[in-house]
Amino acid sequence: MPSEFQQKARETLANANLQLAVFAATGRLKEKRSEVVGAGQLPDYQELRTQANAVKQHATDNLDHYLELFERNVAARGGHVVYCKDGTEVSDFILALARERGAHLIVKSKSMTTEEVDLNERLEHHGLESVETDLGEYIVQLAHQRPYHIVAPALHMTRYDVAEIFTRRLHVPNEIVIEKQTALARSVLRQKFLAADIGISGANFLVADSGAVVIVENEGNARLTTSAPKIHIAIAGIEKVIPRAQDLATFLKLLARSATGQLLSVYTSFLSGPRRPGEIDGPDEFYVVLLDNGRTRLLPDKNKRQSLFCIRCGACLNTCPVYRRIGGHTFPWVYSGPIGAILTPQFMGVQQEPDLPFASSLCGACGEVCPVKIDIPKILLELRSDVKKAETRDKQNRLEKLGFRVFAWLMTHPRLYEMAGKLLRSVGVPSIQAGPLRAWTSQRDLPPLPERSFREMWRRR
Amino acid sequence: MSRDHILHRVRTALGRSPSQPIPDPPPARIRIPEVSLDARVASLIAQVEALAGTALETSDPRAYIASAIAGKTVIACNSPYLAACGISSLPGVESGITDREQLRDACATADIGITSADYALADTGTLVLLSSPAEARMISLLPPEHIAVVSRERILSGLDELFSILPNPAEQSSSMVLITGPSRTADIEQILVRGVHGPGRITVLVTEQGLRP
Repeated sequence: MPSEFQQKARETLANANLQLAVFAATGRLKEKRSEVVGAGQLPDYQELRTQANAVKQHATDNLDHYLELFERNVAARGGHVVYCKDGTEVSDFILALARERGAHLIVKSKSMTTEEVDLNERLEHHGLESVETDLGEYIVQLAHQRPYHIVAPALHMTRYDVAEIFTRRLHVPNEIVIEKQTALARSVLRQKFLAADIGISGANFLVADSGAVVIVENEGNARLTTSAPKIHIAIAGIEKVIPRAQDLATFLKLLARSATGQLLSVYTSFLSGPRRPGEIDGPDEFYVVLLDNGRTRLLPDKNKRQSLFCIRCGACLNTCPVYRRIGGHTFPWVYSGPIGAILTPQFMGVQQEPDLPFASSLCGACGEVCPVKIDIPKILLELRSDVKKAETRDKQNRLEKLGFRVFAWLMTHPRLYEMAGKLLRSVGVPSIQAGPLRAWTSQRDLPPLPERSFREMWRRR
Repeated sequence: MSRDHILHRVRTALGRSPSQPIPDPPPARIRIPEVSLDARVASLIAQVEALAGTALETSDPRAYIASAIAGKTVIACNSPYLAACGISSLPGVESGITDREQLRDACATADIGITSADYALADTGTLVLLSSPAEARMISLLPPEHIAVVSRERILSGLDELFSILPNPAEQSSSMVLITGPSRTADIEQILVRGVHGPGRITVLVTEQGLRP
């Protein structure tokens, strides 16, 4: 029985349009990144990665200290920090606040952390309207889907898909020109921004020494979300804290380049507390929700805790030969690609998601492009080992064990090995294309076998 | 609430105790290249243009803006610098609003928003705006076009210099925004579209040294 993960992977592989869309889009993102991190464009690139890794290591190893420092500095600027252990606590907090303030309409900017806890669904279940305002997120919200990619949520859709969704959900005439689709979303969402009671954002960084939330974006929807309504709530994982504002000189250079190939994203907002006396606009109330939701489970293991260094740039997805074929919705949770393959099993427990650590060719590309130098391939291997350890004795794959035993025996008996080689050459490759190796061979062409083995050629030289 | 519970879990996992001192963090990495003022101006202009913005150096920003805004609805920030340049008093320019709702309504209907900039970053073509009584957030955000006036000596080499001048921006303002080019998206088929939620057009006017009061 194939697992749900395997089943979805097969469906994606069989969908030619989707294959083309995902492969082309990730290919372009990959190319854009490599154009701006080369030695000619950014000679410091490797030094910046090393620095980013060292800062994240230090912040994670001393996380309690920096969380408390951040909390004190937010409070000093008139903001409030709320710790939540899971999605229920987040929605309880927001619902209570909305009730107290008589708020009904919420505008949201993109946040993977809120996707983790299905915040929109929770709020809408209680009668609040919660609208995504990033164009890609808005489209996937209208389509009742999860984001396909950390950075480009609607990466799997074409303009025709978008036209269909807009027509069905917004009751507008069919429109397939992308500029006009964008203008339509702008005008619908502009009204929401101006009427909203609460703005909910994510956070790319929490700056401990300033008590500030840093948000990076291209559209301007995060600026509107955090500045137009009277209440701003930022929701962030506890691992997002960095020690100093000066560390942004390192992280900002890496983030936009790795994500979209830009030198800087169009808007970087550095927000600390509600508007101050005399400031004309900005929110009157400022809250930061610090979410655990399983993160503390990743801390005890000194090596694997580096999984929390991730700054959500998506570069590992774009470069991954597995993600580029099986796509984002095959992954069981909001995080996909190599980073999803290491985060999800650690958040959920390896028994829950035993397939993910194996969804990799171990080519190492994800580790090479990671701007904060997370050793993803090594963590994948460690998780594979954890999966095997967690399996009970009779659940372990007997066929796999037998196969390796036969292989070891052949390799230690040169005569038998040669005979087996001759046998395989005489019956030919097709014989192994069927049978237990089909899962592998159906997606790959084996090279033709040579007429003679190396040993035979050596003897006849 | 879950505050103590979460902090306790973090400490237990890390093997730390409450208020235990921490080792020194790795020194912040700040590298400021030496770039002449002329080269900064040239780089800023080139970078803004590379992002499909307009950028130029002018000794008479008032004249430039007067011709650019003819027939348009314009809102300008309360910066004394814009007043000193004679921009706030141009016919058709609304300025001096201090009420939030009034300002938001004005911005929502204006064709052009004019602001000053506290700094600009030469190597990325970035404007740095700190929110203040003189500088509202909405003027650079709601109108479809944004014109920013920055004086020459406020052009920094890049992020490193900015964070060495402002090691803690929270001390100055509740909001510092870095603006690098016009608002854009590529969320549908990776096709670039400008002016999604923020301004689709941006103009940076670099003024002569000493013009800033």
